[in-house]
Amino acid sequence: MNNRDTNFDQAPSRFKGKIITDEMAGKITRVEELAYILKNSEVMSSSLKTLSPDHTMQDVLVTMRENRISGIPIVDDDTHALLGMVSTEDLIKCLANQDIDANLQKYMTSDLYTCNSFDYLTEALKIFARTGLGRLPVLDESGALVGILTKGDVTYGLLRALEHDYIEEEVRRYRASHLFEDIESDRSSLILRYTIERYDFTHGGSASSNIKRALLRLGANAQLARRVGIGIYEAEMNLIIHTNHGGTIHVEIEPHQISVFIWDEGPGIEDVQKAMQPGYSTATEEIRELGFGAGMGLTNISRCADEMDLQSELGKGTHLTMKFFLKGEDVVGEGYTGKGKKETENDA
Amino acid sequence: MNIKNLIKFIDGDLLTKSADLTREIKGGCGADLMSDVLASIQPDAVLLTGLCNPQVVRTAQMSDVAAIIFVRGKKPPQETIDLANEEGIPLITSPFGMFELSGRLYLAGLPSLERPISE
Repeated sequence: MNNRDTNFDQAPSRFKGKIITDEMAGKITRVEELAYILKNSEVMSSSLKTLSPDHTMQDVLVTMRENRISGIPIVDDDTHALLGMVSTEDLIKCLANQDIDANLQKYMTSDLYTCNSFDYLTEALKIFARTGLGRLPVLDESGALVGILTKGDVTYGLLRALEHDYIEEEVRRYRASHLFEDIESDRSSLILRYTIERYDFTHGGSASSNIKRALLRLGANAQLARRVGIGIYEAEMNLIIHTNHGGTIHVEIEPHQISVFIWDEGPGIEDVQKAMQPGYSTATEEIRELGFGAGMGLTNISRCADEMDLQSELGKGTHLTMKFFLKGEDVVGEGYTGKGKKETENDA
Repeated sequence: MNIKNLIKFIDGDLLTKSADLTREIKGGCGADLMSDVLASIQPDAVLLTGLCNPQVVRTAQMSDVAAIIFVRGKKPPQETIDLANEEGIPLITSPFGMFELSGRLYLAGLPSLERPISE
């Protein structure tokens, strides 16, 4: 019959008969979510072949064959109310009785499961799962037939909605990655600012995370985004761990370079040379327990950035500048190239 | 080895909702110091760690880690799991220790994606 039908009984009934807890709600997929967003009217087929009750089974046979359908809703001519349904199964019964000239009312099924056009798809899915039916007539508020919903329609409707999500994300990404092309100026740049609080470990890394995501969306390649992300993350953690009152991150994105300025108001670094040495750390035991304070932060930053400048005055504060240069497509990975060898880290 | 196979291989439990479990893992890295991870790890590695705070997820996100395995059956706090769900990074807990896990995965053909911190 309708070979577009896919087995939809299992998928959405994962939660059938269960009370959905917060934890389970977290596991609901986008498809399941869509079943609560899409209405039956958005998914159903509304171009329908119907017959009025004054036709014969011969008419049913012809209509089915000509339209290649397996069920015909029988509808009142004036009110469009659904009176019943004749399926291939009913037709077979009729043929077995050699009763093809009978009025279709003799064979139609009038005790029908239906769904409402204004209900969410999930209601129809419940009926499909409970009854094992392959199609449901869809009625509007007044009870008039407005469409038919098959499992195939459901699958197509969900796919269409998912595709829509996907296209939206693509468009967003495309717009972002062509940002600089669309704006004319002598020199365009995009500036991102973040305020970092001292000891805010809960949000530690969220600024660098957002910056990395922004760069990827702007079309930066993965290595560059990673390099910038790691550099800023280390600096962000430094603001959280080592400053008196937190600090500020300021990222300026231009088509040819990314400049990062990070500053705070103290306490300042006593000996910048020493602080730059790998393994040198002033972090407390508490910080080390969090996985930081290994004395690698500044070393990491200098490795990630193409240019790094650290100015600090005790009692005043620290200014860190990082520059990342975009060299066409061939952005080098993390500014580390081994002993003269160019690293191909993705193929490691 | 993809993440799905990895979970089976280490008797692991997936703690996050389904991320892309078909993602290929190119190697491994084991560390509890996040700065060491940031300094030495290469992309698409599985990170073995005993550290359970959300910074592990941040670190993983910054360094393009494919999945995080908590060793010795450790279970991270909910805030770590929430962040991992947000960022789509699979969290796995395995009853094996760091030493044994490293050995098993290395023998199974996963190379080390830690490079030396020298300079």
